[in-house]
Amino acid sequence: MSDTTTTTSTPGAVQTTGHAWDGDLQEFNNPLPRWWLWSFYATVVFAVFYWFAYPAWPFGKTWTKGFTTATYTEGGQSHTMRWNTRSALLEDLDSGSDAKRQRQYLDKIAQTDYAAIAKDPQMVAFVNQAGKRLFETNCSACHGRGGQGVVGLFPNLVDDDWLWGGSYQAIETTLKHGRNGYMPAFGSVLNATQIDDVANYVLSLSGVVPSSEASARGQKIFTGATGGCYMCHGDDGKGIKSMGAANLTDKIWTIANVPAAQSPADKLAAVRAVIGNGVQNVRKMPAWGERLSAAEIKLMAVYVHQLGGGQ
Amino acid sequence: MAEEAQLYQKRLAIHPRSVEGRFRKLKTGVVLLAYGVYFLLPWLRWSRPTGVNQAVLFDLPGRRFYLFDLVVQAQDIFWLAGLLVIAATLLFFVTGLAGRVWCGYFCFQTLWTDVFIMIEQAIQGERPARLRLAKQPWDAEKRRKMLLTWASWLGVAFLTGLTFTLYWADAPTLVGEFLTGAAPFAAYATTGFLTATTFVMAGLAREQVCTYMCPYARFQSAMFDRDTLIISYDPRRGERTAGRAKLGRDLKTRDERMAAGVGDCVDCGYCVQVCPVGIDIRRGLQYQCISCALCVDACDTVMDKLEWPRGLIKYTSDNSLNDRPTRLLKPKNIGYALVLMLTIAMLGWSIANRAALDAVVEQIRQPLSVQLSDGRVQNSYEIKLNSKVAQPGRLRIAIEGLPGAELDMEGLETIELGAEQRLRLPAKVRAMPVAGRERQSFEFVITPLSGLGTEPIRRPAAFYAGQ
Repeated sequence: MSDTTTTTSTPGAVQTTGHAWDGDLQEFNNPLPRWWLWSFYATVVFAVFYWFAYPAWPFGKTWTKGFTTATYTEGGQSHTMRWNTRSALLEDLDSGSDAKRQRQYLDKIAQTDYAAIAKDPQMVAFVNQAGKRLFETNCSACHGRGGQGVVGLFPNLVDDDWLWGGSYQAIETTLKHGRNGYMPAFGSVLNATQIDDVANYVLSLSGVVPSSEASARGQKIFTGATGGCYMCHGDDGKGIKSMGAANLTDKIWTIANVPAAQSPADKLAAVRAVIGNGVQNVRKMPAWGERLSAAEIKLMAVYVHQLGGGQ
Repeated sequence: MAEEAQLYQKRLAIHPRSVEGRFRKLKTGVVLLAYGVYFLLPWLRWSRPTGVNQAVLFDLPGRRFYLFDLVVQAQDIFWLAGLLVIAATLLFFVTGLAGRVWCGYFCFQTLWTDVFIMIEQAIQGERPARLRLAKQPWDAEKRRKMLLTWASWLGVAFLTGLTFTLYWADAPTLVGEFLTGAAPFAAYATTGFLTATTFVMAGLAREQVCTYMCPYARFQSAMFDRDTLIISYDPRRGERTAGRAKLGRDLKTRDERMAAGVGDCVDCGYCVQVCPVGIDIRRGLQYQCISCALCVDACDTVMDKLEWPRGLIKYTSDNSLNDRPTRLLKPKNIGYALVLMLTIAMLGWSIANRAALDAVVEQIRQPLSVQLSDGRVQNSYEIKLNSKVAQPGRLRIAIEGLPGAELDMEGLETIELGAEQRLRLPAKVRAMPVAGRERQSFEFVITPLSGLGTEPIRRPAAFYAGQ
């Protein structure tokens, strides 16, 4: 047991606490410097200050909010909030140094015409960086992170086929106002053989199947009053951009996934399905004019244009 | 046990006496040199084509460090690792050979403490006067002197803090902004923090930094051995058989003392009084000792006065104190020296052979490839260009090794690259797929046309035909 009998110590040796256990067990005393203790008290004081400055103590279903605030502008209106990591982030996104620099670039984009932007390596580099983030936030949910889209649902933006036009102006219009892709269903207009013939003709347009009697019959339906396909897709099947009608003569398939179908019969079935059912209620691009600023729309037009090497 | 054991120890203030001698001269020289370099370097101008005219500037927002004619880019930051390896190895090497040379002569804690003690002495007087002042009640004289001391310390501390921030921005501009309240918050925060730490560390904490806070002071003993230079009292000469004694009757001359078995140490206490860490060197090697050698100067002064030989306290090694040979050429020291030379050579080579232009080609993997309307396949890449030279240049980007392929950068295949400019450009490669070859290797060739070196940079890339 501990007792506090005086223990012998040689001069110059380390001091002991003065206790002796079991007769001879002693404890060295290496005292902490006093300032060390004061630094500890200082951290306690700092913690108390912190409780008042920042969100700290939970009580009931709420918590102490702290007196520090964060200010940011959204929609032209200035908001001041109690500090929390979200409001701090909003403040940084609104008035941080990077946000200011980004705004300078956006202003420059807004004042420069499309042709000049594409010629300036600096601005192209900025469009690529900023455009990628904007694309991921706004567009990638449908078009995919890289803009590759989903066949049958969302157009591929990386290829060189532009349903609604690939010029800067056309892309800007698409972004601002959205698009509504539509093809009527021919299942009730044409009979099964006719649909089969038209499908054969469509496949022969891009050389997937060779021309045959069936495709010749299909061409008559396509370009004649029976089918009336030419009204949207054109006499030559190259599509009409103002209607969003696809070019059927190139190697790109946007609705019927012909390249993925293995056998000729499957390819034919894929095209037949599109002709029979039409394209309805799937090709709906929302309008972004309300959500993005004019400069951001312009930036995105350049970004999307360069994704596929526009027209 | 005479008194209750204390769990917290109050610091005993140390008031070192001044001393003159060769080591004091050396230390004063180092202080002047270090202060000269530290305080004046940010003001040194340097002409550069990019317009950055500060000789030494650490530009964090611009991700560039300017060191005279060397511009260190962000991707060269591994040089810092080399520098740190060199610094650490040099420290170990020197410590193994000559002990705590860093602590005694070069450490900023030692230098700033030294200067603060000089200020203290100029205002409050020599050690006895300072001891008296410390005991004195807070009368007008003490208040005046302490206020003046602390104000001077604060002045030096502020200049120290301010100067540090000047290395991170254009010095004249920043000082102007600082004084008009227009400087960035970081400048005020850094200056304020360093002013406070300099004042506290060099003015108040002093030797406690070395004793309690510094990690090097704790692990330097691991580099020590019996051949390492230490500052030591020669106990055999100082104590002889009968111990040390003050100069007294019949103990005046060396001969008298030798006859009586009394050592050469006259117990004047000068070595203890000059010690900035408050130890008695005669008690042997102690972990608090920073090897400042002021006790050597003190003892030499006394020995000179007595016309006895110098060297009662001296630079020596444990082995030579005990009449054993001192060996310096041993694996440990040779190893440190080899690593040191190797690292210096590697860093020097890397800096001397730095390229004028950096280029990286990255494949865009989502999507990896895409079908084009004419049957060709397109792959997309991002080319990162980084000019490391101070003048603008021109370069051309082309591809090689992919027959029939087309590179499309929308007219940016040949571009101007500004001085020290970084760019990321999109590139597209289109080619007809070749049956049975899903993946084809080719090269991007970036040819400098002017101002960016002469060697074309070749970067391997792959072209994928399928999804």
